[in-house]
This record gives sequence, C-alpha cells and structure tokens, in this order.
Amino acid sequence: MTSQRNRRGSTLAGWVLGMGALALLLVLLDSGRLAASHAETLRQGQARVMSDQLTDPALFTEARYARHASQADQHAAFQDHPMALEHFPAGAMTPPTVMPLP
Amino acid sequence: MSFLHNAWLERQRGLIDFSVANLGRRRGRNFGLFLAYSLLVFLLASVVLYGDALRREARLLLADAPELVVQRLTAGRHDLLPAEWLDKVTGLRGVRAAEGRLWGYHYDPAAQANSTLLVPNDAPPAPGQVEIGAALARASGLAAGDVLSLRSFDGKPFAFNISRVFEAESELVSADLMRVSATDFRAFFGIEPGRYTDLALSVSNPREVRKVAEKVLDRLPGARVVAREEMRRTYEAAFNWRQGVLLTFLSTILLAFALLAWDKASGLSAEERREIGILKAVGWDTGDVLRMKLWEGALLSVAAFLTGYVLAWLHVFYADAPLFTAVLKGWSVLYPHFSLSPQIDVAQIATLFFLTVLPYVAATIAPVWHAATLDPDAVMRE
Repeated sequence: MTSQRNRRGSTLAGWVLGMGALALLLVLLDSGRLAASHAETLRQGQARVMSDQLTDPALFTEARYARHASQADQHAAFQDHPMALEHFPAGAMTPPTVMPLP
Repeated sequence: MSFLHNAWLERQRGLIDFSVANLGRRRGRNFGLFLAYSLLVFLLASVVLYGDALRREARLLLADAPELVVQRLTAGRHDLLPAEWLDKVTGLRGVRAAEGRLWGYHYDPAAQANSTLLVPNDAPPAPGQVEIGAALARASGLAAGDVLSLRSFDGKPFAFNISRVFEAESELVSADLMRVSATDFRAFFGIEPGRYTDLALSVSNPREVRKVAEKVLDRLPGARVVAREEMRRTYEAAFNWRQGVLLTFLSTILLAFALLAWDKASGLSAEERREIGILKAVGWDTGDVLRMKLWEGALLSVAAFLTGYVLAWLHVFYADAPLFTAVLKGWSVLYPHFSLSPQIDVAQIATLFFLTVLPYVAATIAPVWHAATLDPDAVMRE
C-alpha cells in the first residue's frame, strides 16, 4: 500500500515543485549573503570615487565619450543625429544625454 | 468539515496524478517544451537581474561623486578653463569648496588601450610616480615597482615608476586609471600652470544644488554645469537603454515561444480531443477536465519558471554573466573584473512570473474549455 502511494504522480509533482521552491528560497537567502559580502567591495569603490572625485564608472573604455558618458560633449555619441548607428558598440547603445542644468 | 476538506484535497491529488501521467505519456514533447520555457525564463530573468544590479551598483558608487562639475565650452566643445574661473566660483554663496581637476586621456598604441590620467587632489603621488588600475596592469603586464614608459605630447618618452596597483575591489571605477602628480600631468600633456580640465564644487546645502548651478551659469555664461544627479541619471538611462535593447532582441524569442505555446494550445491533437471525450463519457464533468488541464499547464510552467530563474541567478551572480559581457564590453581593451550585488525585488519576480506563466496557462485552458463543453459523443466521433 505504501509503495503504491509513493508512486503517485502528485507525490512526484510535490517533490519537484518543493525542490524548486526550496531553490528559490535559497536564492532569496543568498541575496542577503551576497549583499553583505559585497559591502566591502562597494565601500572601496565609493572611497575611490570620493578621494579621486570620479564622475563615471570605468565600464566602457573604448572611446572618451563612452568612458566619461556623463562628462562628454552633448550628443557626443551621436555625431550625426541622436539615433545614428555609432562606430563603437558602447556608443551605439548609449542613450541621448540627460538634459543639463538648469 | 474536515472530511470535506480531505475529500477536496484527495480529489485535487487525483487530478494531479492524472496530469502527471498525461505529461509522462507525451514525454518527449513536454520535455522539449519545458527546456524552451526554462531557456526563455533564464534569458529574460538574466537580463532583468543583470540590468537592475548594474543600475544599483552605479547609483551607489556615484553617491559620493562631485556635487557639481563645471566645464568650459569653447565653440561647443569641452575646453581647458583658466584658474580665474576657480576664483569666481569659490566666492559664490552656497559653494562650500571648489577645486580644479586635472584629467585627460592617453592612448597606448602598445596595449591598444585608452587610459585615464588624473591628478587626485587628495594624496597625489610624488613626481615621477604613477598609481595604476588593475585592468591596466593586467593588459600591460605591469606590476608595482615596474617602469611605465609613455610618449608625452611632444613625442618624447616619459618614464613613470609604478608605486601602486589599485585594489581589485575598486576596479569598476579605477580599471583604467593612472594617478600622477600635477607637475607630471602638466609636463606630459603640455598644459601650462593656471589651467584646469574642469572644476569640482561641493555645495553647503544639497537642496540648493540647482540654485548654485544657476549662479555659476550667471557668473560664467560659457560654462556647462553637470550635477551629480545627472551623472547618476546618465547611467540609470544607459543601463535602462541597454537592458531595453537586450529585451528587444529577446522579445523575438518570447514571440517564438508564444507561437509555440499557441500552436500547442490552440491545436489540440485528435488524441487529446478523444481523451477529453472519453473522460466526459465516463463521468468527468467539464470543471474536472479544466482543472486537470490547468494542473498540467501549471506544473509545467511553474517548474520551468523556477528552473529558469534559479539558473539566471547562478549565471549573473556566480558566473559573472558571460552571455552579456560581450555586449557591455564592446571593443574595450581595458575591461574591469567586477562582481555585482543582487537586489531582490518581489515585484520583479512577480512581473517575470506573470509575464511567462500566466499567458501559457491561459493559452492552454482556452481550447480545452472549448473541447470540454462539447458533447462527448461528437468529440469522439471527430
């Protein structure tokens, strides 16, 4: 009788979904752990930004207007027109600059 | 009451048993669908998780960027500014401190890389010394204690002693940096004393940033003022844009999947229609048939959603998102190694869930409802 019940599809489905839900729960718990371990990295980055008065992350170093997107000439990545396909991949996927102050 | 509850539960278990057996009967087709479904959720979730994490990282990193940067524009282009500008803004009401910044770019033909030279106002290196970013050190094969020889503006070799390679933890902002002294910077680029690249201003009251910017523009009409909020919004917009571009590409996959689901859902096979007819003939009511099919669709899609989401998590936060690095990296030679911190957002998970699971379940149910409401005899004779 017990082996009959164990073979039921609902038991198998329960196990599969249960394992999936457990994995999702572990992911949620892991986010806290990752955030805590990342705090020191973030702090060092922020310290570097503060001490060197940096304005941009060093993500796109291929062209000057991509390296310092916030400091570039307006529409620097769009020398022809705002939606022009750009020479550099980073420029091609950089949106038009935000409006300057004031 | 408890008996009713148990009976209801046992009925649902019976329906799930039947659904699982049904899924098993068309094992190959359902497994293929599960793989395609999981891949779709994996790609969508990876883009969303990566984009959100990058946006968050940029926002947090730039929290202490200069409150205002003042540039000089000459004929619409960024130009060096005279030291008198520094005096003009220092006396402005609301400005707590103003400093001239010296920074510029250097293209190294040997490494084929662009690096950023800057003079820190806080603890600059001694003349002849340079401190470099970890990505630059990696690309050039240099370490602390080596000599870095560059060509200055007039073509003469300029040797720096590398006194330090920046810590890997700050690589996202310092990958291509070269910190040098003001004397070396001016000699290297041929910039005479009394000129700066731009000015960094700190403001006494953060709520007055806009007002101070207006005052700077009144006093220096040829200036462009960039506020910290604009720097942060630039990256907010950049990552939104990139995430949008990736999602646009992925929307083709989403459409392909929608077609697949629609095809499966709208074109019930003759075998499936006959099965529904038999179930009704042996006493199942329409509600039971719908519930059984609902369970079938829900089991497949929830399992695929959980698999895709967890794999996306591992891809972004443990494997450093190799699928997207090429898109972000472009043609850069110097690219930082960096890790991202997740930000769990229940609304984000719910959006992904409703975007992927609900349409599939709905598409599965509609034709089954149509078949289940017909006369069993007519369905079996088709």
